[in-house]
Amino acid sequence: MKQEIIFRMKSPYRDDFKVWGFRFGEGKKTLAIVGAMRGDEVQQQFTCSQVVKNLMELEDAGKLMPGHEILVIPSANHFSMNINKRFWAMDNTDINRMFPGYEKGETTQRIAAAIFEQVRDYKYGIQLASFYMPGEFIPHVRMMDTGYQNLKLAKNFGLPYVLVRKPRPYDTTVLNYNWQVFGTQAFSIYSGDTDIINKDSAKIAWLSIFRFMHNMKIIDHNMHPGTCSYVLKDDDLETILSNQSGILYSLRGAGDEIKTGDLLAKILDPFTGETRSSILSPVDGTIFFAHHQPLIHQNTVMFRIVRF
Amino acid sequence: MIKTIVSEGLPVDEQLLIRKKIIKNGDSDKRICIVTGTHGDELEGQYVCFELIRRLNENLDFLDGTVEVYPALNPLGVDSVTRGIPTFDLDMNRIFPGDPNGHLIEHTAYEIIQDLKGADMVIDIHASNIFLREMPQARVNVKMSRKLIPYARMLNLDFIWIHDAATVLEATLAHTLNVLKTPTIVVEMGIGMRLTLEYGNRLVDGIFNLMKKMKMWSGPVANKISKPKLSATGEVFFMNAEVSGIIIPSVTHSVDVKKGDLLCQIVDPFEGKVLQNVLSPVDGLVFTMRTYPVVYEGSLIARIFSEKTINEETA
Ligand SMILES: [Zn+2]
Repeated sequence: MKQEIIFRMKSPYRDDFKVWGFRFGEGKKTLAIVGAMRGDEVQQQFTCSQVVKNLMELEDAGKLMPGHEILVIPSANHFSMNINKRFWAMDNTDINRMFPGYEKGETTQRIAAAIFEQVRDYKYGIQLASFYMPGEFIPHVRMMDTGYQNLKLAKNFGLPYVLVRKPRPYDTTVLNYNWQVFGTQAFSIYSGDTDIINKDSAKIAWLSIFRFMHNMKIIDHNMHPGTCSYVLKDDDLETILSNQSGILYSLRGAGDEIKTGDLLAKILDPFTGETRSSILSPVDGTIFFAHHQPLIHQNTVMFRIVRF
Repeated sequence: MIKTIVSEGLPVDEQLLIRKKIIKNGDSDKRICIVTGTHGDELEGQYVCFELIRRLNENLDFLDGTVEVYPALNPLGVDSVTRGIPTFDLDMNRIFPGDPNGHLIEHTAYEIIQDLKGADMVIDIHASNIFLREMPQARVNVKMSRKLIPYARMLNLDFIWIHDAATVLEATLAHTLNVLKTPTIVVEMGIGMRLTLEYGNRLVDGIFNLMKKMKMWSGPVANKISKPKLSATGEVFFMNAEVSGIIIPSVTHSVDVKKGDLLCQIVDPFEGKVLQNVLSPVDGLVFTMRTYPVVYEGSLIARIFSEKTINEETA
């Protein structure tokens, strides 16, 4: 393993800001993995650190297949993470809205440019991503429907679901989209959590990355083949919006199997505790996403359900 | 009359309310909409709303048509010193056209568009951010420029910046409305978290001038309306900090500079040393100038408009 600085910048008073890369093996640029790009992505940082740890062990055991280079960038925004901010410490911009970056532009454009310069040209790219809404997901792989995506490849993670999403205008500046447009097969792994470390879901995520590497013959690491992934489009998910606001009293969570009419949650009056709304499942299926903040706004996504 | 266009429940005893003021007189169907407060830290538009409505109230008889004023598209942001939408951490100007079946924010964006759609003119007022001070200017997408520039010229501004089309900007309020054939001009002026009364008064004069040309206003208008420079007749230069440090400005914005003029110094207060002398690369007009002193490598310091391009100079 070679540890190197990919981007370095002086700050007026803080310690230097450095983005580190961990390079394994030699040969064709086969796989790049990017971890936390937002300051609250602690789970993503943790998952990536476990990927690095396990890769070091495999390297010592001689289990990296020759002819492949793997690059891991566990963290691109610890200047924000260290001070509990989500976006860039100075101007609140989002590094993952700056790709492909611009080396003469604003600070976060420069960070994005430095990262993209390093991670482009790899055959496969994996981003450990988070969602902008608070909640828990079933661990899954996402690909953007750019016309370049290869869904068969996504099944090699052995995660229960592969979600294909049509990009919206704001998606054109995220890493995943730019990876694909520049010829990398790009995947985003959603492990379910963001600002807390959930060891179980993090393990599902990092094991899926090792499964992918094994299936792609990048490493020699026999393991359980995982599950046969079910491919979903955004439209295949049934969305339940809150019809009231108040205190959310959740009864079911991500991964639960449910039947039509099952009580999923209650929305309570924040003064009297009375039930304002009982949220019943309109379908048979599995909960894919569940809102998990204690308070809920009206017309917010509470659940997304895979219909069966 | 004040009309509520969005009302959504917040968790405890409060509605998210987006409201507009409707001022109507005469028989004309013409409608002009003034919107602002999309970014909760940009407040220059607040004075424009106040002054516009104040003047209209005093001279209502001269109005023939409807003026609608939306002072806070992001009321939670304006009332809590938050640029984005609080709790969602989203830039509200990247979520249009929204979605009628989407969640709170998408639904809100959709309702705003439905309400503005069909207006004869929409002016979307922004105030830069807390770092940069902007000369009063219109920002126009190159694809819409032919239609919008004649109107932008009436607004008493100093500059019209025609920018390239970028996919990411398709999610803005202005782009969404322009695609729906509702002409919308973005005005940027002043600086975040402050009011610049001079600019506010100038834009209000400009709006009355525009209404006069639209035959909605028969009352008095300012007799001197500024003739803005057009970015298409030259080139815009971006100056970014090459080092991190503290900025000491040498010029203010809205001034003409010569090539080689000192714009600012980036200094290291620890050592008492100058780290970078930021010099103008061209003769031109400083239409954006940083006022926030702390910079990182890459932080935008100034934007300069030069009526000659570098190629012409060397040729
Ligand atoms: Zn703005």
